Amino acid sequence: MSLRNTARAFPTLLRVGFADAVAYRAEMLVWVLATTMPLVMLALWTSVARDAPVGRYGQSQFVAYFLSTFVVRQLTGSWAFWDMNFEIRNGTLAMRLLRPIHPLWGYAAAGLAALPMRLFVSLPIAVVALAVVGARNVTHDPLLWILWAMSIGGAWTLTLLVNLLVGCAAFFVESSVKLMDAWLVLFFVLSGYLVPIDLFPRWLESLADWLPFRFQLGLSVELMTGVHGRGEAVALLARQWVWVAIALGATTVGWRRGLERFAAYGG
Amino acid sequence: MIRVRALRKHYQVHERPPGFAAAMRSVFRRRYRTVAAVDGIDFDIREGERVGFLGPNGAGKTTTLKVLSGLVHPTSGEVSVDGHEPRRRSDVFLKTITLVLGQKQQLLWDLPPSETFELNRATYDVPRAQFAETLRELTDLLALADLVGKPTRTLSLGERMKCELVAALVHRPRILFLDEPTIGLDVSMQVAVRDFVKRYNERNGGTLILSSHDMDDVARLCPRVIVIDKGKLVYDGKLEELVTRIRPDKRVVLRFSRPVEEHDLARLGGTVVRHDSGESVLQVRKEAVNAVVASALAQLPVSDLTVESPPLEEVIGELFAHERKTHEAEASQ
Repeated sequence: MSLRNTARAFPTLLRVGFADAVAYRAEMLVWVLATTMPLVMLALWTSVARDAPVGRYGQSQFVAYFLSTFVVRQLTGSWAFWDMNFEIRNGTLAMRLLRPIHPLWGYAAAGLAALPMRLFVSLPIAVVALAVVGARNVTHDPLLWILWAMSIGGAWTLTLLVNLLVGCAAFFVESSVKLMDAWLVLFFVLSGYLVPIDLFPRWLESLADWLPFRFQLGLSVELMTGVHGRGEAVALLARQWVWVAIALGATTVGWRRGLERFAAYGG
Repeated sequence: MIRVRALRKHYQVHERPPGFAAAMRSVFRRRYRTVAAVDGIDFDIREGERVGFLGPNGAGKTTTLKVLSGLVHPTSGEVSVDGHEPRRRSDVFLKTITLVLGQKQQLLWDLPPSETFELNRATYDVPRAQFAETLRELTDLLALADLVGKPTRTLSLGERMKCELVAALVHRPRILFLDEPTIGLDVSMQVAVRDFVKRYNERNGGTLILSSHDMDDVARLCPRVIVIDKGKLVYDGKLEELVTRIRPDKRVVLRFSRPVEEHDLARLGGTVVRHDSGESVLQVRKEAVNAVVASALAQLPVSDLTVESPPLEEVIGELFAHERKTHEAEASQ
C-alpha cells in the first residue's frame, strides 16, 4: 500500500486497535500488575542503599531511576512478537496478508493504540515519582527533555522492530518463542531494567554500550534522570537510531525471505 | 483472466515415528520428506466463470487457492491473475480479489463485526458512500442487521461465516476465492450461504473459484469443475460432462401408491439400487430411460417419478478410483 493510503487508513487502525485493547477490563488490570517489576527492583535496591550509597545511587536516586524505568517501559513496550509468532504458526497471518496494507503497520498500530492505556497507568506514577523524589532527581535541561522524547520514539521503534525480527524467525524455525525468551533475558540484564548499567563491572558496561538492549530502555531512563550532558546524550541518541536502522534493515530482509517460506497452514 | 502453467508447490515436512527414542533421535538428526501439495497443474479461467475445485482432503485445492491469492509462493510454474503475479501482492491485485477461508476468520474476535467492516473500508480505501451502500446490500441479502453490533465471539459459527462474507466483500472484489465456505455449518446455513453466493454473483458478476469437498456446493454454484487429486489435475470441464463420462447411467426414482414387489421392478430393466414398499430406485442406461419410464407407468401403480443423475459423491469417488488404478498400473510397468 502506498504511504499516502497507509496514512489515510492509520487512524482507523488506531481506533480499532484501541477498542481491542480495552475489550477486557479484567485482563487490563492483570496486565498492569504484571508490569510492576521495576517497582519490585525499587524496593530491593533502596533497601540495599539504606546504609550507604551503591555507586552514585543513594535511596532517592534509586527511587528516581526505577520509577523512570517503569514509565519508560510502559511507553516503549511491545508484544507484537507474540501475535506474530502465533499468526505464523497457525496460518492466520494470511488474513493480514490479504489486506492492501503492510501487515507490519498493523502490528505497529496495535502497539500505538494501547499507548493511551499505558499512559493512563504511567502518568500518575510519573507524578508520584516527582512528588516523592523531588524535581532535583530529574533533568532540568529542556534540550535533554527533547532528546528524551526522541529517545522514547527510538526505543519504541527499536523494541517493535526487535519483536518483528524475532517474529520473522518463526517463518524459518516454526516457533521462535525460545529465541524471544533468550532476547528478553539479555534485555532484562543489559538494558538497565533490573540494574542500572553504570553499576556493572567496567567491561560489561562497555559491552552494553555497543549492544542494542540499552537503547530499548536504559538510555531514556538515563536522559530522564539527568545522567548525561548534552554532547554525550546526542552521541548516544545517534547510536540508538543506528540500531533502529540496523533493525529495520534486518526486519525487512527477514520479512521478505520469511514470506517465501510461509505455508499459511491450517485450512 | 486466470492462467496457471506447470504450477508446483512442494513442502519439506519433518517426519519421525512416535515414541521417546524417536523423539531423542530427532533432536540430533532430522528426517525430512518433500510433499508435493500441487504437482504440475495447468488451467485457464475466463472472466465471469464460476469454477469449482473438487478433491479429497489434502488433494491440493486449498494450496492452489492460496497460491492464486498470493499467500503462498509457488515452488515453480507460472501464475497470472488478472494480469498480476499474485506473489507480489500489489495493492491493485489485492483490491481485485478476496479469499474466504472456511476454517480461518478475519473478524476481530473481541469486537463486533462492524469494526472489522470499518477496518476493511479503511484499508481497502473504499469511499464511505460506496461502503454504506455495499454494507446495506450485503446485510439485507444475508439478513444480518441484528448481528453486526454483537461481539464476534458471541456469534454462532453460521452467523460468523455470514459476517466473514460481508467483511470479504466490502471492497467489491471482481474475483472471489472461496475455500470450504460451508464447512461445519448446519444444512439450513449451508443453503443460506450457497444462495447468498449465487445471488451475489448473479447481481454483481465477477469470477468465482470455489473449493469444497461438499459436492452440493459445487453442483449448485459451478457449471465447470476442476478435479484435483494428490496435487495433480484429473479433470477440467463441465460438471455434466464429467457425470456423463464417469456414470452414463441415470437413476429413475419411483414412488408408488401401493406396495410393489422387487421382481416387478426387475422386469422393467436396469438395476435395482434401492427398494422398499413405497419407493424404489432403478439404475438405467441413459438410452433406455424412456422405455423404462413408459413401462413403469404402464405396469406399476406409480404416483410420482423423477429421473436423476447419480450422486456427485459417487461420480467423483469413481473418478479417483479410476485415476489411482491407472497410476498404479503405470507404476508397475
